[in-house]
Amino acid sequence: MLTENTASNNQVVTLKPNKGWMGIDLQEIWRYRELIYFLTWRDIKVRYKQAVLGVSWAVLQPVITALVTTFVFSTTLNVETPIPYPLFMMAAYLPWHLFSNSMTRSSTSLVANANLLTKVYFPRIIIPVASILAALVDFLITLVILLGIMVFYKVPLTLNIFWIIPFTLLAMLAALTVGLWFGALNVQYRDVQQMVPFVASIWQFLTPVLYPINITDPINNLIFNLNPMVGVVNGFRWALTGGKAPDWTMAISVGVVLLLFVGGLTFFHKMEKTFADVV
Amino acid sequence: MEKDLSIEIRDIGKRYRIGVAERSDTLRDVITNGTAKLGHALSGKRSPHLTSQYVWALRHVSFEVKKGTALGIIGRNGAGKSTLLKILSRVTDPTEGQGELRGRVGSLLEVGTGFHAELSGRENIYLNGAILGMTKKEIDSRFDQIVDFSEIGQYIDTPVKRYSSGMYLRLAFAVAAHLEPEILVVDEVLAVGDADFQRKCLGKMSDVAGEGRTVLFVSHNMSAIQRLTQECLVLDKGQVLMRGPSEQAVDFYLNRGLSKLGERFWEADEVPLNTKPFQPLGIRVLDKEGTVSDSVRSVDPITIEIEYRLEEAVTGLRVGYYLYTTRGEPVFTSFDTDSEESFGQYPVRQAGTWRSRCVIPAHTLNEGRFVLGINASSYGIRRYFQDDQALSFSVDASGGAGTHWPEPRPGSVRPVLDWQIEKTE
Repeated sequence: MLTENTASNNQVVTLKPNKGWMGIDLQEIWRYRELIYFLTWRDIKVRYKQAVLGVSWAVLQPVITALVTTFVFSTTLNVETPIPYPLFMMAAYLPWHLFSNSMTRSSTSLVANANLLTKVYFPRIIIPVASILAALVDFLITLVILLGIMVFYKVPLTLNIFWIIPFTLLAMLAALTVGLWFGALNVQYRDVQQMVPFVASIWQFLTPVLYPINITDPINNLIFNLNPMVGVVNGFRWALTGGKAPDWTMAISVGVVLLLFVGGLTFFHKMEKTFADVV
Repeated sequence: MEKDLSIEIRDIGKRYRIGVAERSDTLRDVITNGTAKLGHALSGKRSPHLTSQYVWALRHVSFEVKKGTALGIIGRNGAGKSTLLKILSRVTDPTEGQGELRGRVGSLLEVGTGFHAELSGRENIYLNGAILGMTKKEIDSRFDQIVDFSEIGQYIDTPVKRYSSGMYLRLAFAVAAHLEPEILVVDEVLAVGDADFQRKCLGKMSDVAGEGRTVLFVSHNMSAIQRLTQECLVLDKGQVLMRGPSEQAVDFYLNRGLSKLGERFWEADEVPLNTKPFQPLGIRVLDKEGTVSDSVRSVDPITIEIEYRLEEAVTGLRVGYYLYTTRGEPVFTSFDTDSEESFGQYPVRQAGTWRSRCVIPAHTLNEGRFVLGINASSYGIRRYFQDDQALSFSVDASGGAGTHWPEPRPGSVRPVLDWQIEKTE
């Protein structure tokens, strides 16, 4: 008890009108790391609490999608892929699923936690971050199935597999970026949460998740790569199943995400001061 | 900032935007408002409804609190108490002015913030603790105390949705009570739970204040305020009216404005927007002759009148009052449709201006000062309006039961009862 007091006695909190534009206090977020952990843990716990199948849903959802799309694209439409379709599709669908899940959850997370916003102080960005981390846990579980499929098709594992780590981080950062923009807007305009599912499904069509794509025209390729998920999805396929390695267009994906992320942080920071008043 | 100060607030103000047309909750509103504005701009007319209106919930508030002081904040609904607490707990930023808080701030604007119905008591203790700013280590070390305090015992691993509301509140308060920040900001959380538990909470709160922590405490319960705090701020219309020792401040608050000679009118800005269709107009205390009076006699009947307007017909309306002592202890509650007869006679009250009048029979109240709280509701449907400190008045008991002995008599009622004295042996 005494140590706790001496440790925090020097802490001085200043109250003043929030006029700044930029400003994200990483130190403060670090101090609140346990809250991030508990909110993530709550999201996961609550999601599967009363489901008979529990955490298996995290696995079942992508597996069922895989079975259905394999049937539609491979068996019925005869889409040609360089590797077996289930493998081709799953290698891209899992990071996509992570992204779209994270994006949807983080966009609605602030409104879903309105009771916290109006009653307790903590850095607001913790809420979308925690919702994305909860989606990451689902993703890690499904990754195990993917490895199972790879063993089934006797795909050799290479060291390239470690590349999925930066690609996963990029997908999460992209989702957080969307979450910052949409989440902050949703506090004021509930239309956003109606829009998010559409945005997610349109975005999926623009990303080669379920079908292969081959663009030779450099200009079109460039435009295509403005969608950062193109880089993520292709990167994942390459890291797990080989094929064409990501080239310089990856830089576009990263650049776009970073640019929008910084913009998102600024926007979020500008909006967060009124969250408690308008939510 | 001086060393022994724990809170220093300088000239803080908070402005909110009101105006119904301006509230833009959906994009469609933004677009239609935008279009309307454009239309008005083109036609050269200005719509009064579309200009933004601002209201200051707090303005020019400055005060300091020394370390280890328990400061009460009292004021009527809408005086700015909650806004002040929200700023102090950093939930919202002030529009102007600034302040400094020295030490970790724990705020309890409600108990059980972030409780999740699906999670067990144990899980909620950790979650709620983390939300209130405790580290996992702190929660671990206080876990057993929290469970003991909450009296939840064996139900600790049951989802809280299966708890009774009493258990839920006890657990929620138990977590909050074990938060040990240097500055504790508390809003009306004691208004919950049964009397026993309330007493326990009050005890815990005075322990906290006794340990040298700074406590800011908002409550409508004047007896709790007087027990827990040494000093009080009286807020009115967003400004600090006075600051002083709690007893003086409570007296000042209860006597000022509240009791303009036994009568009280509601100004439009004192009534929340959501009371519609009920609009309180006034409440008054009348003596035997029917004149409005701040001081009435116990030996005479006392009349309480409540006037109000209904903007539309209201079904099942009951209008009534709570009578409290100035220490916040309830004396009794009465509604205008308490009797079967009047209940049957007024199933629906039409739009218009109404008056509900009640006579407290002679020889009911003891001497002292009393507070009237008003309540207008339709049972099981909605509470339209409530003001726990609508009006106060004094009762003079001279001539009443037992006043030939010039000693103070405990109790808030002083009935004339029928005694028989018999010699049995």
